[in-house]
Amino acid sequence: MHPILKLVAQRIALGLLLLLAVSLLIFLGTEALPGDVAQAILGQSATPEALANLRESLGLNRPAYVRYFDWLGGILTGDFGVALTNGQDIGQAIGQRLGNTLFLAACAAVISVPLAILLGLIAARYNGRWPDKVISGVTLSTISLPEFVAAYFVIFLLTQVFPIFQPVAMVFPGMGFWERLQAVALPVIVLVLVVLAHMMRMTRAAILNVMQSAYIETAELKGLSPMRVIWQHAFPNAIAPIVSVVVLNLAYLVVGVVVVEVVFGYNALGQYLVDHVAKRDLPVVQAVGLIFAAVYIGLNILADVIGIVSNPRLRHPK
Amino acid sequence: MKMPLSALIGLILTGLFLFCAIFAQWIAPYPLDAVIGGVWEAPSERHWLGTDTIGRDILSRMIYGGQITIFVALASSLLSFGLGSFLGFLAAVKGGWIDQGVSRLVDLMMAIPSLIVALVVLSVLPINLTVLIMVMGLLDATRVFRLSRAVAMDITVMDYVEAAKLRGEGQSWIIFREILPNALSPLVAEFGLRFIFAVLFISTLSFLGLGIQPPLADWGGMVKENKDGLIYGKSAALMPALAIALLAISVNLVADWILSRTTSLKGGRGG
Amino acid sequence: MADLLEIRNLRIEATSYPPGEPPRDVVLVDNVSVSVAKGKVLGLIGESGAGKSTIGLSAMAYGRGGVRLTGGQIILNGRDIRGMGPAGLRALRGREVTYVAQSAAAAFNPAKRLMEQVIETTLSHGLMARAEAEARAVMLFGKLGLPNPETFGNRYPHQVSGGQLQRAMTAMALCPKPDLVIFDEPTTALDVTTQIDVLAAIKEAIHDTGVAALYITHDLAVVAQVADDILVLRQGKKVEYGPVRQIITDPHEDYTRALVSVRSIDHEEKAAAPAVLSVQNVTARYKGTNFDVLKNVTVDLPAGQTLAVVGESGSGKSTLARAITGLLPPSQGRITFAGRALSGALQERSKDDLRELQMIYQMADTAMNPRQTVGTIIGRPLEFYFGMGGEAKRRRVQELLDQIEMGKGYIDRYPAELSGGQKQRVCIARALAAKPKLIICDEVTSALDPLVADGILKLLLNLQAQEHVAYLFITHDLATVKAIADKIAVMYRGQVVRYGSKTDVLTPPFDDYTDLLLSSVPEMRLGWLEEMLAHRKMESAGN
Repeated sequence: MHPILKLVAQRIALGLLLLLAVSLLIFLGTEALPGDVAQAILGQSATPEALANLRESLGLNRPAYVRYFDWLGGILTGDFGVALTNGQDIGQAIGQRLGNTLFLAACAAVISVPLAILLGLIAARYNGRWPDKVISGVTLSTISLPEFVAAYFVIFLLTQVFPIFQPVAMVFPGMGFWERLQAVALPVIVLVLVVLAHMMRMTRAAILNVMQSAYIETAELKGLSPMRVIWQHAFPNAIAPIVSVVVLNLAYLVVGVVVVEVVFGYNALGQYLVDHVAKRDLPVVQAVGLIFAAVYIGLNILADVIGIVSNPRLRHPK
Repeated sequence: MKMPLSALIGLILTGLFLFCAIFAQWIAPYPLDAVIGGVWEAPSERHWLGTDTIGRDILSRMIYGGQITIFVALASSLLSFGLGSFLGFLAAVKGGWIDQGVSRLVDLMMAIPSLIVALVVLSVLPINLTVLIMVMGLLDATRVFRLSRAVAMDITVMDYVEAAKLRGEGQSWIIFREILPNALSPLVAEFGLRFIFAVLFISTLSFLGLGIQPPLADWGGMVKENKDGLIYGKSAALMPALAIALLAISVNLVADWILSRTTSLKGGRGG
Repeated sequence: MADLLEIRNLRIEATSYPPGEPPRDVVLVDNVSVSVAKGKVLGLIGESGAGKSTIGLSAMAYGRGGVRLTGGQIILNGRDIRGMGPAGLRALRGREVTYVAQSAAAAFNPAKRLMEQVIETTLSHGLMARAEAEARAVMLFGKLGLPNPETFGNRYPHQVSGGQLQRAMTAMALCPKPDLVIFDEPTTALDVTTQIDVLAAIKEAIHDTGVAALYITHDLAVVAQVADDILVLRQGKKVEYGPVRQIITDPHEDYTRALVSVRSIDHEEKAAAPAVLSVQNVTARYKGTNFDVLKNVTVDLPAGQTLAVVGESGSGKSTLARAITGLLPPSQGRITFAGRALSGALQERSKDDLRELQMIYQMADTAMNPRQTVGTIIGRPLEFYFGMGGEAKRRRVQELLDQIEMGKGYIDRYPAELSGGQKQRVCIARALAAKPKLIICDEVTSALDPLVADGILKLLLNLQAQEHVAYLFITHDLATVKAIADKIAVMYRGQVVRYGSKTDVLTPPFDDYTDLLLSSVPEMRLGWLEEMLAHRKMESAGN
């Protein structure tokens, strides 16, 4: 087997192992904390009958490891269990909302990725001069903002000062693509703002790192045109770090979605999670938490795999 | 050494925030929960920043809210910092199974976004100040651990540390006299960043309704209380949002300055 | 005939940004004039900071990182290139003038095959068709002694050795048939024996292609082998400029004389004495490997004398030091020190064992804690071993500073405020403070400029005479060995291949490796390279 395939296989296997460990962490983090889970969920005023019922439905009478493997086995076969609060099938509920979350994240990614790379290139090209300073200064301040603060500034600006948009983002089944796009415009702007700064700064750093290499000087001393230096010598070496920057920030985007969904009342996975944390609906929290973790880990694996595949030292071993 | 303007502004603002937080009880013009006016009144001489969703003075609530926000953030960043840097140094100096064990556990915890972990854990834990500080502190300690371990690792491979080992120096001399003075500047700057992170984190949790619970008030929770006003053009929710952003930016400016000042410092005097 | 390159009154400046102070302009090169005729080689020589690379790159009108050519003329092929625009410079770079960097490993693009990079300029300037360019590259690979010239270009930079990359970079520079090649310390990063092969290959290639060259180095003996003329530089100014024979045999300036006579310390071998350190059959390997880095090493070091351990990188000489200091406990064998058996692991040694065995490192920069003052650094062993404190300690530190010829005013300074040579002196004082019987010196002069290194060696010899301390002197540089050793051990791939008194080791008949090593040390005379290549028995270890 080519050594690079082996490395990629190893990385993926490691990722799966990590996911397994994370599932255990989520399970332990919710069910093995000190104290009685049923009591924690229902509060101090709960009646003994209610506590007994809850223990029964959570299966708390059985040993923890049995419950863990039941839970894991169920998830692997697509059975996420039912919600405590309304008895709804969790798998179904997630299925309806996952699409909405991915739609929102995808819209934000489609805008922010090219924009971040472009701005990063400009900032690196004019390193230390005014375009760089302006871009870096603006992004530095947006990095200091939490998602919901950025969201309300944007809402105030675009619905009150310049009334262009509606402050809520309602989506429902059967909506046309264009309507849907209009509905998510505001949350997408917020997400782009939040993720752009990180992505652009990391892109800039990656490009500068490559541009300062000795082989770029060699290319310049060969009398090559600036375009040729960039395309033939900088680009092949910069692509891996940039792609991994982009993918890492997409992973960050997936988390940013949670808060933005709550701000705009957007009916999707993040909103679903936060609602059920407040209601202390354990099976829902476990399932949705695991899905967010899986997406995050998956994107991180992807970033690593791209890094491995694009490394000439690994592609052409000695 | 001359202080750049940005750092000076950052320092003054940070100082102002801290002053308001410490002396909140004396500065705030009205009590935290007193309803003293109409709903969402515009700023006036009596209420400099107007009133909130049920007619409480926003300025007073912001001053008290700042106290809670800063207290929780400071406590959790002290916890994360103490724990993270202690374990990081220990892992770097001792190596072996201690290093392996803690590092793998940290890898695991960092494989999931902290907000998700916090949400999962808070779904079963009672939500009060102690739990919030512990959860945030533990989650953030992973980042401090990574940094301090890396910094200490870089220093332990230096020849001067080897020279101290060859001289026969004990573990405590090596940690406190050889490694710590050289690790201090990145760690101090990191403390600033961890503090900002904690401010943003607690505000986000409160905004989601899972952080500071009423009757206590904090900035994130105040945004939540007043967010509906925005639809009617009432800017009450923006005041605490602005405070969060301003505090984060000013601490950032100070941390940046400390980092650049100490890395460019040659001999170490005055550091 | 007009010269190919003529530099007149060149002035080069840069802006420096000292932390906490306003930026200021510094002059890197001041009023330097020099010329190179077609097919001739000019050597540029000087210590670090002399401005030699800066002058070299000015022949392409290139300034590294904010360096500006602010005065004078650079006339190449009859026109001043200093005033040329970017397009004109692009047409010139890589066509009329090409460049060979010190570290070819960093100068090649890791993502592209060597052949693509070697012929790139030739194609982009439209000088030859691809097939013709590739044929020329293969011819150059062969001429430069690269293995399998036909297929060599298919490899990626990380797939070939450092010495081979340096030759490949030379091929890249020669491929477009330039008028002038700038060699910027092309052999400095290589092992001694490899350095000679690459030097010989470069010399032959220059000769065969008839190209002119600027050869930049800090090693006068190296440049004497390839140059026709030499320009000696110091702190950006000309010291002396003349034909190579005059510079080597009849230098006019004091500084040049010092460079020529460097490393010619006369050191009489001392008479036999009882051993202070005795290493018997020591074998060692690093944790988690199954390869012995030291194999059955046996050496003795007489009290108050110097044992030089020589070898190239990977020979195991630094590992021997680690075994003796206890950082790497040997798997077999025993070490006796000052009449008692030394336990393998550092933790089990007594405070006296630790005190009497001190160490000095190659990089004085990293051997001192940047947050401690000179007084703290030297004072710590006094406090730690002898319980000294207060005024007594300070007085003793000052005595030690006097001994290393640094005098007053340094005790409260930080390492960053000292020069390279001063830093190494402070490290010597720190070792002396423990009143050791043995100091292990690990390449202590190899990071220093030749004249500074000379000063350190003389100091070490003086201190040995005063304090009767023994040195285990680890080095790759035979000139240093000749200057300081009483006994010599030659190491090759983890074993001692030759060991004995200095005279015995340096007197023929030699084993093959010692012969190669001895003959690879550049000598300060003309024609040495050719003689050496004709006589040696073994190919260099790097090939």
